[in-house]
Amino acid sequence: MGLTAAVGKRAVKYFAGTGEALAFLGETAVSAVALVFMPHRFRFADCALAFERAAAGGLPITIGIGFLLGLILAFQSAAALQMFGAEVYVADLLAIGLFRELGPLITAIVLAGRSGSAFAAEIGTMKVDEELDALRTMGLEPVRFLVVPRIVAATLAMPVLTIFCELAGLVGGALVLRMTGVPPAVYWQHVTDMSSMFAILFGLGKGALFGLLVALVGCGAGMRTKSTADGVGVAATGAVVGSLVVIALADGILAVVCYCWDL
Amino acid sequence: MDGENIIELRGVDAGYPGAVILRDVSFSVKKGEIFILLGGSGCGKSTIMKHMIGLNPVLAGSLAVAGLEWSAKTRAALCRKIGVMFQSGALFGSMTCLENVLLPLEEFAGLGFKARTAKALALLDAVGLADAARKLPAEISGGMRKRVAIARAMALDPEVVFLDEPSAGLDPITANQLDELILSLRAARGMTFVVVTHELPSIFKIADRCAMFDKARQAMIALGEPRALAESSEDPFVKKFFSRGGA
Repeated sequence: MGLTAAVGKRAVKYFAGTGEALAFLGETAVSAVALVFMPHRFRFADCALAFERAAAGGLPITIGIGFLLGLILAFQSAAALQMFGAEVYVADLLAIGLFRELGPLITAIVLAGRSGSAFAAEIGTMKVDEELDALRTMGLEPVRFLVVPRIVAATLAMPVLTIFCELAGLVGGALVLRMTGVPPAVYWQHVTDMSSMFAILFGLGKGALFGLLVALVGCGAGMRTKSTADGVGVAATGAVVGSLVVIALADGILAVVCYCWDL
Repeated sequence: MDGENIIELRGVDAGYPGAVILRDVSFSVKKGEIFILLGGSGCGKSTIMKHMIGLNPVLAGSLAVAGLEWSAKTRAALCRKIGVMFQSGALFGSMTCLENVLLPLEEFAGLGFKARTAKALALLDAVGLADAARKLPAEISGGMRKRVAIARAMALDPEVVFLDEPSAGLDPITANQLDELILSLRAARGMTFVVVTHELPSIFKIADRCAMFDKARQAMIALGEPRALAESSEDPFVKKFFSRGGA
């Protein structure tokens, strides 16, 4: 095959994939809007199950990683700030860093690894087993039935997980500062001084957006699963990689927006 | 069977965009008939069925089920007229057998909780699986899963039930039981069955008529009662196909 043909084939494949992704986005948006007007058709039980798996199931690892993140950040920054006798400002750094940036980001990465891949694998397996075809022949749209409940669940689970991640991070930081001689009362005073309601809500909103993106990418990967031996594995891997890319992109865009609007 | 036609294919090209598998296929299925789509592996019988159940549009020609052609407008109405059992059963693994049968009833039947549960249990009873109602699909055998799938396919009292390779992967005794079940359901409910299979014992036992497809010629090569085809067809492929079963 010549170079031109190879490039052409790649381009056709890429744009076909983009078309599929856009069609999936459109179908999901239409289903979500339709459910707003017909809430009785929403699968509340499926959503609750997906929420439980994403939130309750992901809580221990999120808290663990959040705690270690706070601990490491505090250790690293305290070492430098101690030289200036300013180790107490580690609390300020942690409050700003965790609430605005690292809390939602780290939680989203955990969600992508746990739930995004699980969504892709679940839906992908259903596709390979003809369960999606079965739904269609029953007149049930797989997007309404499988995708929307998972998207709602992940979007709601992310802020909950983010709060726990942030609190665990602050506890980790408190532990380090206690060892460096900063009294807990002073630490928490600095944390509360630097934690504006806007920063907290902004972080939680960001978390919800990341949850939405992770679920969209995960479910989309599942819906596009190929009926091959490695189809489900490829879908799950694609879900995690795709989620990380969109999270990074969204975070970057939000950072630029915040900078431009001085938020 | 002299009833009216419930499915009609006229000059259908079957396959996928860019890949025609069968050309110019025309036949009709009568109400209350057990009609078999048969042929060798890869001949396109499952592809034809996918067109009939509205999963893929036909490439050319016309295909009508209960007088309606598949389109976005007719889709909802047609989905109420058909029930499908897929080769794997395609039961939802996270739901019990009862919940699987309940699903279409919850969504479309407009029945109260007690009425739809009673109907789902009656359907499971009709396929001989009332005892397995609370079990998950993973906890029952392949043959039982197919029975549950048949119960689910019949939940909304469809006019046509499509069965994709119901005997595939089953031992002869279980396959025979499934054939008996199909015959008893047709007798009790008067439904039309369209069955994709290449199991000769099943074909001779349950089929009223069959359509045979050939991969090499990309065409339907025979249409009629299976015994008559086996005994009198001059087509070498048809003869060879049926003789392998000792017909």
